[in-house]
Amino acid sequence: MATEHSKSSARFMIAPAVFVLLVWMLVPLCMTLYFSFADYRPMRNTFDAWIGFSNYASFLTSSSFLSSVMVTLQMVAGILLITIGGGVALALLLDQPMFGQGIVRILVIAPFFVMPTVSALVWKNMFFNVDNGLFSYLWKFFGAQPYDFLSQSPLLSIVVIVAWQWLPFATLILLTAVQSLSSEQLEAAEMDGAPGYSRFWYIILPHLSRAITVVILIQTIFLLSIFAEIFVTTNGAFGTRTLTYLVYQRVLESQNIGLGSAGGIVAVILANIVAIFLMRIVGKNLDN
Amino acid sequence: MARAISHRKKMMWTALAWGIGLLIFFPILWTFLTSFKAEATAIADPPVWFFFDWTTENYTAVLERSNYPLALMNSIIIAVGSTLLGIIIAVPAAWAMAFVPGKRTKDVLLWMLSNKMLPAVGVLYPLVLIAKYFDVLDSRILLVVILMLINLPIIVWMLYTYFREIPGEILEAARMDGANLKNEIIYVLTPMAVPGIASTILLNIILAWNEAFWTILLTTVNAAPLTKFIASFSAPEGLFYAKLSAASIMAIAPILIMGWFSQKQLVRGLTFGAVK
Repeated sequence: MATEHSKSSARFMIAPAVFVLLVWMLVPLCMTLYFSFADYRPMRNTFDAWIGFSNYASFLTSSSFLSSVMVTLQMVAGILLITIGGGVALALLLDQPMFGQGIVRILVIAPFFVMPTVSALVWKNMFFNVDNGLFSYLWKFFGAQPYDFLSQSPLLSIVVIVAWQWLPFATLILLTAVQSLSSEQLEAAEMDGAPGYSRFWYIILPHLSRAITVVILIQTIFLLSIFAEIFVTTNGAFGTRTLTYLVYQRVLESQNIGLGSAGGIVAVILANIVAIFLMRIVGKNLDN
Repeated sequence: MARAISHRKKMMWTALAWGIGLLIFFPILWTFLTSFKAEATAIADPPVWFFFDWTTENYTAVLERSNYPLALMNSIIIAVGSTLLGIIIAVPAAWAMAFVPGKRTKDVLLWMLSNKMLPAVGVLYPLVLIAKYFDVLDSRILLVVILMLINLPIIVWMLYTYFREIPGEILEAARMDGANLKNEIIYVLTPMAVPGIASTILLNIILAWNEAFWTILLTTVNAAPLTKFIASFSAPEGLFYAKLSAASIMAIAPILIMGWFSQKQLVRGLTFGAVK
């Protein structure tokens, strides 16, 4: 009887959280779904509630969609490459005996707490700027011609900015995983004369594989919706228009709500494909 | 002999780690230094490092602009408000799921997580419409509610993982000793739950402070927090490096300090228990 009572009060306690999240998820998403089948352009006072799948057809076949998917993939892949590679290296480095380890950790994780608009503007003006940026001085110092990063290699520039922000996240998680590695196993391998790289390849890397998978999935989900960094630096120009940015432009800049909503639904579906894998890992972990 | 080698090794690792650490930290350090320079010094060729006339005039200049204090105030209200509202809704839910787990608890948790993975851009226009309908576009209350909703899954998850670590036997022991529900909550549970709740608040204030999609797109001036205010520097005014730096340092300093205290919570809060 008591358990029945506590169960019903538990439901009562969970209800508000479930309710607000349900409303938050369903209402806007259903509206987007509804608009995605409509010809809705408020600036021209056009509203035709049902035009079938033609928004999807024109969104998916437009060259801007294909290029935005390519840009998104390149951007996410580039950032993952830097953050995972750098994160593993940094995690192993921070695990070594050293003086002032706490301070180094603080220095390394700091970029994660810098708001996206600040990091984007600082990099854009104070590092990448062709006239006054620090990189230009560095290039000139070595006798090279100053390089206009944001207009010559805009995609790479954004990758650098975002990778700088996310490197701490990868490092912290991988460091947690590195520290859970038993030192006895490593010492045993060392005793047996296993050289450093084979210890890394056969013991450390397999041990980290789960953490690496988690970092890849979580980062991908967050990186698919990068916005502020592009908004502040290139505003989507010069081949930096990601899927998220393309949808934003269709919806808010050109006010083609139908087309943009179709794009939004496509973005939701693509993000869900990644999310399913992450949920599986998280769900498995919840059991034990 | 062996000790001498290990000492040398330690020195080597120390040098390498500090070098790389400083390199990663450098953009923040450079912004900090630039914020104390005169505008002409800020773009001097070659760059000036430490030896210049340190001035705080950039800070006073930025603070005197009527928009900066407003943006700061908005950031504080939105970050703290959305976090506290989220906590009020999440604590009972996480509590119930941790102590009275049912058959569907796992599904509910995973479903909440799936909310977090919804790309914001997919619901952008409906949100604009809803905000217009309730006449709350560019208002703090709108941002408080939206940021609460996008972070609620993380808040529930973090609290759940903390609460689950509180051993249930303690409650039984208290009950045996004749504690009633009120005493149980006040003397047994609250002291054990407070650290977890505090860490959750800390991490979520940070996340809300740095949120830069909804804050940029749903505000103009009145409710614009620092994310949006700083973004406005990409306009011609952005050429003033020293002032940009001062504004940036003021925007990130409080959160940077909070962030340093929340390293551990970061792993817990953003990996949903997938890495331990």
